[in-house]
Amino acid sequence: MDLAALKTQLKNFVQSMFEEGVLDNQFSQIQALQDSTNPNFVEEVITLFCNDAERIINEINRNLGYQNVDFSNLDSYVHQLKGSSSSIGANRLKLACANLRQASDERNKEGCLQALQLITCEYCLLRRKFQALLHLERSIVELETNQK
Amino acid sequence: MVMAASETKFHVLAVDDTLIDRKLIEKLLKTSSYQVTAVDSGTKALEFLGLHNNDHQDVEVNLIITDYCMPGMTGYDLLRKIKESSSFKDIPVVIMSSDNIPSRINRCLEGGAEEFFLKPVQLSDVNKLRPHLMKRTQTNVNKRKAMDEIVSPDRTRARYNELEVN
Repeated sequence: MDLAALKTQLKNFVQSMFEEGVLDNQFSQIQALQDSTNPNFVEEVITLFCNDAERIINEINRNLGYQNVDFSNLDSYVHQLKGSSSSIGANRLKLACANLRQASDERNKEGCLQALQLITCEYCLLRRKFQALLHLERSIVELETNQK
Repeated sequence: MVMAASETKFHVLAVDDTLIDRKLIEKLLKTSSYQVTAVDSGTKALEFLGLHNNDHQDVEVNLIITDYCMPGMTGYDLLRKIKESSSFKDIPVVIMSSDNIPSRINRCLEGGAEEFFLKPVQLSDVNKLRPHLMKRTQTNVNKRKAMDEIVSPDRTRARYNELEVN
């Protein structure tokens, strides 16, 4: 596939993520920051985000596994995940965090477990899409490098 | 881009405990042609300032931008320590937060912060830093805006319209 076609494919793919509400404008801001001095910026940010999100989701999972849930600890993790989601533009994941925050505020363990399921769902969807996005990005970079 | 020998970049110290936010703010600042040092805690920020003040007179920090919510020393705690120090009180401090809490914003501005940015911080926010840096090069300027005339960044003004009522 030629470079222009790949770029269009990437653009359309990201656009669909905006339309589905999976990503918001913050992600565009991140894309705009990628330049020749930092050509892998988007990939680096996505990688950082995914590692962090997985770590936090695992911690939340672990916390909810205890009989006596430490809700203030949980609160802190949700805050972190919501913050990271917001920073990368992961809109639906950020909204899913609000659910967990609510359930945690209410000390509602069952509600927290349900909210966590939604978070996990949204995260898995996002990660799949990010992987597809990065695959496209890498193909573009490869083509551009070969053309130089 | 080659800087003229006589031009020195402003040096910003960025403080944030979150890795992704640190990466973002660093990139935003570098894109705006600032020299950046990024640390992950208020304690490390103070260490950096203290160390360089004593040992290297030529390494200067021109502005500090810090997250509010950090374990241990919050951004507000850091702000107060800076403003209470004779060596560093004139360094402009900007606070970032993901929470839109008017009482928090007011507290920070009254505590001496020049600006309060809502996260995620954008390039348009970073563009607002330059006037605070330029001011320092003037002598004898009263930097403190009158408290009843809190000139909020446009984004916080817009956010004020959707006030959180606790």
